[in-house]
Amino acid sequence: MTGKIETALRRTIDAGGKGLVPYITGGYPGWIDSVRACAANGANAIEIGIPFSDPVMDGPIIQQSSQVALDAGATPISILQEIRTLDVDVPLAVMCYYNTVFHAGHERFAESLAAAGVSGAIIPDLPLEEAGDWCTAADAAGIETIMLAAPTAPDARLPLVVARARGFVYSVGLLGVTGERSELSSTATTLAARVKKVTDKPVLVGVGVSNAEQAVEASRVSDGVIMGAAVVRRMIEGGSEAVGDFVSGVRKALDAATW
Amino acid sequence: MSIMVTPGSDGRFGEFGGRFVPETLVPACQELEAAFADAWADPMFRSDLDQLLHEYAGRPSGITECHNLSRKLGIRLILKREDLNHTGSHKINNVLGQVLLAKRMGKKRIVAETGAGQHGVASATAAALLGLSCKVYMGEVDVSRQELNVFRMRLLGSEVEAVTSGSRTLKDAVNEAMRDWVASVETTHYCLGSVMGPHPYPYMVRQFHRVIGTEAFEQTNELLGTTPDYVVACVGGGSNAMGIFSGFVDTPAQLIGVEPAGGAAVTRGQPGVVHGMKSYLMQDEYGQVAEAHSISAGLDYPGVGPEHSYLASIGRAHYPTVTDEEVIEAFQLMSREEGIIPALECAHAMAWISREAKNMQGKTVLMNLSGRGDKDVGQMMTILDGLK
Repeated sequence: MTGKIETALRRTIDAGGKGLVPYITGGYPGWIDSVRACAANGANAIEIGIPFSDPVMDGPIIQQSSQVALDAGATPISILQEIRTLDVDVPLAVMCYYNTVFHAGHERFAESLAAAGVSGAIIPDLPLEEAGDWCTAADAAGIETIMLAAPTAPDARLPLVVARARGFVYSVGLLGVTGERSELSSTATTLAARVKKVTDKPVLVGVGVSNAEQAVEASRVSDGVIMGAAVVRRMIEGGSEAVGDFVSGVRKALDAATW
Repeated sequence: MSIMVTPGSDGRFGEFGGRFVPETLVPACQELEAAFADAWADPMFRSDLDQLLHEYAGRPSGITECHNLSRKLGIRLILKREDLNHTGSHKINNVLGQVLLAKRMGKKRIVAETGAGQHGVASATAAALLGLSCKVYMGEVDVSRQELNVFRMRLLGSEVEAVTSGSRTLKDAVNEAMRDWVASVETTHYCLGSVMGPHPYPYMVRQFHRVIGTEAFEQTNELLGTTPDYVVACVGGGSNAMGIFSGFVDTPAQLIGVEPAGGAAVTRGQPGVVHGMKSYLMQDEYGQVAEAHSISAGLDYPGVGPEHSYLASIGRAHYPTVTDEEVIEAFQLMSREEGIIPALECAHAMAWISREAKNMQGKTVLMNLSGRGDKDVGQMMTILDGLK
């Protein structure tokens, strides 16, 4: 079964384009408008973070936005309720830490995502070996579980990871947590090329992709990019308008590049 | 077969444990698992470690029969003296093992988290001895209540970073150490300070602390001609408790792990996943991790090691709680009656023994005195002045 996220990405990729998946911290004041701004400015899918008290894969910007959202009273339930009111025609994935899923219960959480109109899930602290029960529940509910491939993975591991991936493969751009960097890590393109060799699924580079130029550079070997901290910083500094401008700029750069 | 088994590659103790880490860290955990298994089976590694534990840390640590407290409480109280180890607590056992292992794995650097600072000081010490660079993450709240230990770590050549995220205590120091490790995994070993975290840490750290239980079993057997009726230790993550429990888990002794009322993962928690493990965890109705509150920085932790959760779930060990007020009382009691100033962490074990002595009349009680109280006297001076 090909889900909405993979279908949307393939439509763009098959037409010679690149995928763009911005990340927005759910529950941050005004976040729904920022999701709309992403959708209106060329996002192929949108990743919505469900804030967690202990986000070990996240750097300062997303930690800060998560804390603000939590302090404002955001919960997984309130975020899913707001997602229900969204009127965008771009598929959505949630990014959440595993205790949020485990605490709710696998089936219940998967069904609540589907009921809210969410198509996919990224769970950064749920590696392949621990993911079986969740993936079964997610598959049953029609939720695409996006698996992460890491630069540290030996060659033998990558095929196992991509085999379990739905939607797309999240190729981790560097050794480290989310956040902007002045240059794209050479690790980003090296890993994306390794992952592309072992899968036909869309491969998107995320973590440390910080601007339009880096998005183009990463997309030379991949099918597109996920951009988190760079988008969230703009949401913090300038709200949905700044998010829209930024996403639009990256979209244009990706569309203007020749591959 | 022992109740304390070697977990399989899934790192499970019953339903608890596992390896819930970012994909980036999975290969490192697998590498560590293999390296530890190899080292633990290697007589050369074991003899190098034993030699360090003996010549550098001062093992074996003794036991002390507390005649004054025994008379007062109507029990026979024996202390296992981990407070007499080099650096003042049991933490050195694990750290010497891990740093020796890190060196064997070719790592140049270690990172560590610390609460009260005992694990940080031990890590800084072992790094200085064995020539690795060391960075210690410590919550900002703990940096201010344990400033002497911060100075010690820096004196020993380590970098100390105050963590300002979340509750700014031990749990956040673990988060920040893990973030560092995600970025530095190729050159760096994460020297985790308790029987927690992703597999193989809970198992490996327990093995490095087994020496406490092994010695205490022989020592109490010689003194008593049998095993004690109760074995009592404080529990934050639970490393000192797991160390001493390991010597008695397959005997009739009752195992008691004492948690602070404000950080009682077993009593007040539900199964959850944080810091790489599935274990009892204090959390809210949405699975957000709760902030612990304890007078003792070393026990200020909302989770607990997964093997403790397992021992609790099968009823082999019990995990009662004590309040800060009871701890303050016990801290003074042990100081006055025995001339031993206990670490605030261990004062939790003493507080439970003191409170429950009426139900243990005539019984033998072995308590793990896992650390000395020198680090806590400044904080206690302030607290006791405030009570006047």
